[in-house]
Amino acid sequence: MNNSAPSSSSSIKNPVSSIGSSPTLRVVFVGHVDHGKSTLIGRILHDTGSLPEGKVEEIKKACAAEGMGFEFAFLLDALLEEQKQNVTIDTTEIPFRTPRRQYAIIDAPGHKEFLKNMITGASRADAAILVISADEGVREQSRRHAYLLSMLGVKHLIVVVNKMDLVDYSEKRFREIEQEYRKFLRELGLEARTFIPASAREGENVARASAKMKWYSAASVLEALDSLGPQERDVDLPLRFCVQDVYRFDGRRIIAGRIETGTLREGDQLVFSPANKSSVVARIERWNVQETGPAVAGDSIGIALAEQIFVERGYVASRENETPIEANRFHADLFWIVREPLRVGHLYSLRLATQDVKCEVVSIERVMDSSTLETKSGGPEQLERNEIGTLTIQTRGPLVIDNHDRIPNLGRFVIIDDGQICGGGTIFGGVYTDRTVTKSKNIFWTEGKITAGARAMRSGHRGAVIWLTGLSGAGKSTIAQSLERDLFLLGMHTYVLDGDNIRHGLNSNLGFSPDDRVENIRRVSEVAKLMADAGTVVITAFISPYRMDRSRAREIALEGNAEFIEVFVDAPLEVCEARDPKDLYKKARAGQIREFTGIDAPYEAPEDPEIVVHTDRQSVDESVATILEQLLPRLRAVE
Amino acid sequence: MTNIQRTHLDDLENQSIFIFREAYHAFKNIAMPWSMGKDSNVLVWLACKAFFGRVPFPVLHIDTTYEFPEMLEFREWATKHHNLNLIVKINTEARARGIGYETHDPVTVTHELKTVALQQVLAEYKWDALITGIRRDEDPTRAKERYFSPRNAQFEWDYKDQPPEFWSQFVTTAAKGEHVRIQPLLDWTEVDIWRYIQKENIRIPQMYFARNGRRFRSLGCRPITQPIESAASTIDEIIAELEATKTTERAGRAQDHYERNAMQKLRAKGFL
Repeated sequence: MNNSAPSSSSSIKNPVSSIGSSPTLRVVFVGHVDHGKSTLIGRILHDTGSLPEGKVEEIKKACAAEGMGFEFAFLLDALLEEQKQNVTIDTTEIPFRTPRRQYAIIDAPGHKEFLKNMITGASRADAAILVISADEGVREQSRRHAYLLSMLGVKHLIVVVNKMDLVDYSEKRFREIEQEYRKFLRELGLEARTFIPASAREGENVARASAKMKWYSAASVLEALDSLGPQERDVDLPLRFCVQDVYRFDGRRIIAGRIETGTLREGDQLVFSPANKSSVVARIERWNVQETGPAVAGDSIGIALAEQIFVERGYVASRENETPIEANRFHADLFWIVREPLRVGHLYSLRLATQDVKCEVVSIERVMDSSTLETKSGGPEQLERNEIGTLTIQTRGPLVIDNHDRIPNLGRFVIIDDGQICGGGTIFGGVYTDRTVTKSKNIFWTEGKITAGARAMRSGHRGAVIWLTGLSGAGKSTIAQSLERDLFLLGMHTYVLDGDNIRHGLNSNLGFSPDDRVENIRRVSEVAKLMADAGTVVITAFISPYRMDRSRAREIALEGNAEFIEVFVDAPLEVCEARDPKDLYKKARAGQIREFTGIDAPYEAPEDPEIVVHTDRQSVDESVATILEQLLPRLRAVE
Repeated sequence: MTNIQRTHLDDLENQSIFIFREAYHAFKNIAMPWSMGKDSNVLVWLACKAFFGRVPFPVLHIDTTYEFPEMLEFREWATKHHNLNLIVKINTEARARGIGYETHDPVTVTHELKTVALQQVLAEYKWDALITGIRRDEDPTRAKERYFSPRNAQFEWDYKDQPPEFWSQFVTTAAKGEHVRIQPLLDWTEVDIWRYIQKENIRIPQMYFARNGRRFRSLGCRPITQPIESAASTIDEIIAELEATKTTERAGRAQDHYERNAMQKLRAKGFL
């Protein structure tokens, strides 16, 4: 081969039509180091006429400069270092075409140290070509890569037994390898579509049928690729719309995100997890698009909702009857790709679609060597690089998940430590039931005094005093309860202080005289401070009509280093009086109640509250959404 | 069964929009270099798609002072049309030292007037992320890029040890002084860009279309950018030309070919 450099002419010419409108099939090439992946790719590029002019000559020159014969592999390994070492160090992606369709080749490195690069490449692939050298046979990486491909979700696998020229095109040798590897794949639950005996160097069974292997009459490599079915978008799976961001441009509120699976139409009723609030899609927002049809899996869109419920990045929209699982503890298989091992009990970040939560591994049930498939059990405490573990993960907040075998995109996650992606996992065994959240206690020890920071680290949020003020009937209690429930569902510690639980106990000795009212608010302020210091998000719902009282409540909270957020629950007196849920206005007008705020006692509206909601114009959910939008970033500013 | 057709261009557009939004969420202090070239204008267009008609971060033109006048005219038009927050940066210090194509080799000039200029403006504005328009098919070193690609404080690209990237999860943190290059066009090919310009009717500089038997396939500094022989005066003709050609896109860009691995060296030092 070394003296038979390829010609730069090509027999395959591609039609111009249809290219660009047909989807590209991404093919990852994997296999053990030196089994000939890059050579096979170089050969395919050459034989399909996909090389730029001068490239072959350039490589010829480069090879001559290094004192060696022509290497197809150099077509890819364009970086200088790689040419010296003769190994692929990172994922390369190169387009080529057959008359049938357009392809992108992903060349993934075989070296063990470069596993992260192989995963980077393979995760993008629609199909995989796994190369096994006929002379060396099945090796460590041949097995490891197949296992990872199955975890990464690569659907089609073609096995090429390469370098058949080195074994005299022996059918016996080919069948041996095929038999051994098929047995291995079966243990993984994988099925290889095709096994092809080939020689990339000589071009046998790559773009053309081999005259030297008459005993093999099935597809060549290109024929096998061309016979793969088109990729299908996951439009028929349940809807999962993952929120990336909420934009407010020109006064419009647009929820931006990607549809991972399913279909979404205007007018659809959606449930947003984890809060489980519902709203109807008023519009699908796109820019400079005439189309008004449904949005489908893979589409990056925006939506406007009919009701302005609280939604933020990480929320997942689905349909009522096919919601995802909400959990803070689940089982997963996890591959680990960094030097520092994964440790039980260590705090990591976990990202799943657009969600980002803190988590820890509570137990490792099993560790498997991805090459030999041998397992270590007996409660291992860590997972080393290149190992795959079956483990239990607990998160600090609720996570919206699916089982990987049901909805892959919501069933896989990465583990992040110190900003680096350290591993990837697939979720299994989750139970689709009702949407109740079961909380279990996190295990967390610290020495010495428990600081507010330590409490915040543990709970994932800070304590705070949310002080609602407004007229009777403005909606303080209703909002307080709704807000409390939302915070609770987000995994936060929260509690409402209102007339009902304060007046009957702590302040049962107080009446409604001006002095007693002042004392009432003072005690509420002190209790709120203590609870906030203990890490709770305290919501108070009192009319608290006087600025002086509220400003003292703020001072008290600040003394305790608790954040104080004043929320003005604003509604015109006429509206409140029309609502009059407890007939208090009626009684006040009748003179049965004296010094009733708004009637014969003043209400001093806040001059500069942190948050204002207008309950005459906003629904309860919209008011709560307004509060949460400003509140959550403050509460979550933990580290 | 839902039967909805999406094309290859739809896939590319959706993925690019997704990346734009991930970038904008992860990095608040972000900018987008803009050369007014065809890819750069597709990038602006995709940003408008991602953010519903506006580009919510500054666009940056590194003006080498060797710009084609037509490109500067186009800059004025597009800035107004898309309501862009434009920042223009010239490495005046290097020009004052006499750095120029008249006296220096193209690798040196490109490094000074583009890369160093970028370093200067980055230090000034302290951006922690830059959105670039590079594509995998442009050059073998770019083929190895990530969507989110970290650069250290010296602007160096550690292409031997790149972060893993899978399942739409990216490196979204930059240490102080470092920045992340975000590359939404990585998966696009030159033909994809043209087909998209055609489909979306995106305005681009007229220099890409043949006049008097020549057109520019790739645009850079005036003294080191050569037009190609071409009769292609419409997008259809350009696409037909590209389908048939075996010449690389950047063949007319002198700095790439000044020495062996010139592009790798430029890029390792911070060139886009």
